[in-house]
Amino acid sequence: MEGRAVSSAGQGFAAGSVAAPGLSAKSEVWLWIAQRASAALLALYVLVHLATIIYAVRHGLSGAAILERTRGNAAGLAFYVLYVLAIAVHAPIGLRTLCQEWLGWRSASLNWFMAAVAVALFVFGLRAAWAVFI
Amino acid sequence: MDMLQVSVWRGGASGGYRTYEVPRRESQSVLDVVTYIQRSIDPTLSYRFACRVGMCGACAMTVNGVARWTCRTHVAKVAKGNAIQIAPLANLPVVKDLVTDMREFFDKWARALGRFVPGATRKDAFARVASDSPGRVAANAGIECIGCSVCYSSCDVVSWNPDYLGPAALNRAWTLVNDVRDGARRERLAAVAGDAGCHACHTHLSCSERCPKNIAPTAAIAGLKRAVAGAAWKGEL
Repeated sequence: MEGRAVSSAGQGFAAGSVAAPGLSAKSEVWLWIAQRASAALLALYVLVHLATIIYAVRHGLSGAAILERTRGNAAGLAFYVLYVLAIAVHAPIGLRTLCQEWLGWRSASLNWFMAAVAVALFVFGLRAAWAVFI
Repeated sequence: MDMLQVSVWRGGASGGYRTYEVPRRESQSVLDVVTYIQRSIDPTLSYRFACRVGMCGACAMTVNGVARWTCRTHVAKVAKGNAIQIAPLANLPVVKDLVTDMREFFDKWARALGRFVPGATRKDAFARVASDSPGRVAANAGIECIGCSVCYSSCDVVSWNPDYLGPAALNRAWTLVNDVRDGARRERLAAVAGDAGCHACHTHLSCSERCPKNIAPTAAIAGLKRAVAGAAWKGEL
């Protein structure tokens, strides 16, 4: 039996385009290193942070009891300042990649926006750490 | 006789699937099916092939949604019942039917400095490279690439960032970074750095999963990331 053509159905192949990203390859490499280094710190910090939360909940500590432990605790403040710093470095770099790849946002404005996100994360995080210290 | 229902992409970037009935045979490859359609049903069908034995990398197509080398893909392995859908490779412009424009794919090999740059002159002695030296072993893992573009077509990052050099070009760069005779390590690391280079890889592993030669470009790209980060750290980038 001979083969034959039996039907047709339409569909399109989409073509993409991309604008130049705002940073040099060298800067991109440093962002990559910064994100990996902050991730290594965060792996440790998140574990300690979660363990602290679980301890506080399981021992039924009140807000006052927690504040009693954190007020004037310089080691606790130092821990959370570094934690907040690692978050402020790590999160905007990842968000920047997401915006580039999923939203196609590749202009210099993205870098400024992410710098603002980094500052905001750092300031709000620091404010929270300071609030339970004083 | 058992007949295959073969749905084949016809046209360019915009076009449609056309279904052909092809006799099913024993030990039939997907390339055999495409060849049958062109020779016995519709001579206007365009596709690309050369060696038919898995050496040249010319016949890669998207078969039931997955990029494959069609000459060594058995129909029995991929057919859903008696149905097969055959499309051109993704992430490349379609020229016509199953033929894609491979220029960008190979231009990216050049952009990744994927050529050997001699580090010695004819007056120097031959390089002696022990077959069990770490560089030789790392290069060996990637040198069997046939340039079929299956990895490039399967890569999510290429589809999100068309400037991304892609797994094949980066794998080639990694084999040269590990070639002790090569004299352009620094330039090559600079060429593969950054958002369009190795650092864009998300380690989805589609390239390593689908490479018909069982190469792991993901491992090569991870090696490049480490090498480039080391170069940046030393101020050599």
